[in-house]
Amino acid sequence: MSRNAKINTLLLALVAALAVLPLALGLGDHKEEPFAGADAEAETAITEIEPDYEPWFSPLYEPPSGEIESALFALQAALGAGVLAYYFGVRRGRRQGEERAAARAGSGSPAADADA
Amino acid sequence: MHIAEGYLPPVHAAAWGVASAPFVVHGVRALTREVRANPESTLLLGASGAFTFVLSALKLPSVTGSCSHPTGTGLGAILFRPPIMAVLGTITLLFQALLLAHGGLTTLGANVFSMAIVGPWAGYGTYVLLKRSGAPLMVGVFFGAFVADLSTYCVTSVQLAVAFPDPGSGIAGSLAKFGSIFAVTQIPLAVSEGLLTVLVVRLLTQSSKGDLLRLGVLTRTESKRREEAAA
Repeated sequence: MSRNAKINTLLLALVAALAVLPLALGLGDHKEEPFAGADAEAETAITEIEPDYEPWFSPLYEPPSGEIESALFALQAALGAGVLAYYFGVRRGRRQGEERAAARAGSGSPAADADA
Repeated sequence: MHIAEGYLPPVHAAAWGVASAPFVVHGVRALTREVRANPESTLLLGASGAFTFVLSALKLPSVTGSCSHPTGTGLGAILFRPPIMAVLGTITLLFQALLLAHGGLTTLGANVFSMAIVGPWAGYGTYVLLKRSGAPLMVGVFFGAFVADLSTYCVTSVQLAVAFPDPGSGIAGSLAKFGSIFAVTQIPLAVSEGLLTVLVVRLLTQSSKGDLLRLGVLTRTESKRREEAAA
């Protein structure tokens, strides 16, 4: 592995460790509902501060179940990852094309040689 | 995690909407100008928006025993400056508000203000300061993304504290409460976001040196130094 690839892998491993450690160490065990969303916790906190507060607007569309919701979140991540991968793919292809063209230009006119 | 639909009183919701609108309008102008002046930026602009899409869909567990997600706005702010992130961040927030019932339309103004305006500006400011003081590029990128992420949720905490002051301890009491929910949860996630942003910028220095040089993220001397280090 090149030095670059090693550093990149290390970065990914660190991110993975940061995500897994809270789960592995059971840091959510003290909670009634471990690893709930911070936004849901904020809603609870609001109701604690102002018990009479009623949300005055509800979402126009609400995913009918947790499964559908996670599907939509996965879709969002997939769309983003797809565009990112497309970007890096295009760039890599372009660079390789340029390198090839440069190599060809460097060795005279190999296209003509190949044809002959 | 954004403020949920209907969870800001109407006056607050409207005020944050009014505060955010000019930034987004200005951002749309900056974006059109950038695309017109540098059509070759479009692809990287798309990639920056895509990064925000991925990161804000990733709900990750944190040390507080709850979950939140990064924002992904630091990258675009560093590459294209904050006004453009006001637009890309708003698009992401709209997608989540309309399809995922995450965040909301009435709280869109407040969420745009934290994630698409303050976050990118704070992150960009940190990045520029570090770079000017001679820090290596990747140190600037890491802390830029870290600050963009964390400041977003500090603003969210302030927004909720102002809207819901504690009857006993006032705004300060509420701020401690919302801060412990949002900001503390966010610290390890902001570290993750910093690391991922460094990873993407590293990949960009390998694949899109031209773009980075044009955007002023890389200077010629820096680019050369990195090449020599990699060789």
